[in-house]
Amino acid sequence: MNRLLTATLAFWMLLLALPVAAVIETYEFSEPELEQRYRELSQELRCPKCQNQNIADSNAPISQDLRRLLHQQLEAGASDQEILAFMVARYGEFVRYRPAFNAATAVLWLAPVLLLLAGGMGLLLLLRGRKQSPSSLDSDEQARLTALLQSAEKDA
Amino acid sequence: MAPRLKLFLPLVLFVVLAAFLFRGLSLDPTALPSALIDRPLPDFQLTELADDRPLTRADVIGEAALFNVWATWCISCRVEHPYLQQLADRGVPIYGINYKDEDAAARRWLRDLGNPYRANIVDREGTLGVDLGVYGAPETYLVDAAGVIRYRHVGVIDERVWRDTLEPLWREILALENSP
Repeated sequence: MNRLLTATLAFWMLLLALPVAAVIETYEFSEPELEQRYRELSQELRCPKCQNQNIADSNAPISQDLRRLLHQQLEAGASDQEILAFMVARYGEFVRYRPAFNAATAVLWLAPVLLLLAGGMGLLLLLRGRKQSPSSLDSDEQARLTALLQSAEKDA
Repeated sequence: MAPRLKLFLPLVLFVVLAAFLFRGLSLDPTALPSALIDRPLPDFQLTELADDRPLTRADVIGEAALFNVWATWCISCRVEHPYLQQLADRGVPIYGINYKDEDAAARRWLRDLGNPYRANIVDREGTLGVDLGVYGAPETYLVDAAGVIRYRHVGVIDERVWRDTLEPLWREILALENSP
């Protein structure tokens, strides 16, 4: 009983501790529209250090720096395109979760479509092959089959 | 014959998949290609660690050199430090970029462990770091005499990295510069 209580308590304490790990610093924006764009861009930009987090979720020092730069540039009136170009010039297309379509990223963008097409084709061929096989007896074979069936009936 | 061959399809798929996965074993997913290869070293206006004198891009280019991003909070930098000293002793020019560090701690580090650097650029806010696309320390950039970045190595430089990767590039750059 006591052990169960301790486990339950530990579970809830653990659950409550999680939000503490969230990003701490906040920025003041002169306009609410900038804050909205800050939120969108920091979701789209990827942390170069931690790789599977965007800079909004990551507390790596590099993400803090990039968030500070993002805030500065938004307040300075840069467009989304300018900010993304600034980041890509320094960290490469890797820094965007939706990289621009070019020679280096073509495979990345096209692979899902190509794989889907290949899978669809394979499925189509497979189903077609299956449908044809039952009706492929010619007249000779049909006659032999009938004869066999009749002789089997006679034996029985 | 064709249906027979079809039976080998799973084997072929397996071999192809295995080849890709095997290749993946020797790739480092955390190593990113630098976006600055073959681009000029970015401009900066910072100070020198030892005497606070102003330091700009023009002060550190003119001969091929290594630019080593380091900090006292970076444990791998401590591992790498003796090897950098060896390289410096062999005559390889190395500039330090003291990245997001405290001056006092950095000076103490150089006094205690030795100073392999020609000069140390103090990048306390990490602004030069961002312009270079630095995302951690240590990182080392190979810059030629014209101030163009030729290579970036992420992580510790040791005997093997130098011999297999950096030294061939280094020799290539020197050879190009010495030929008219």
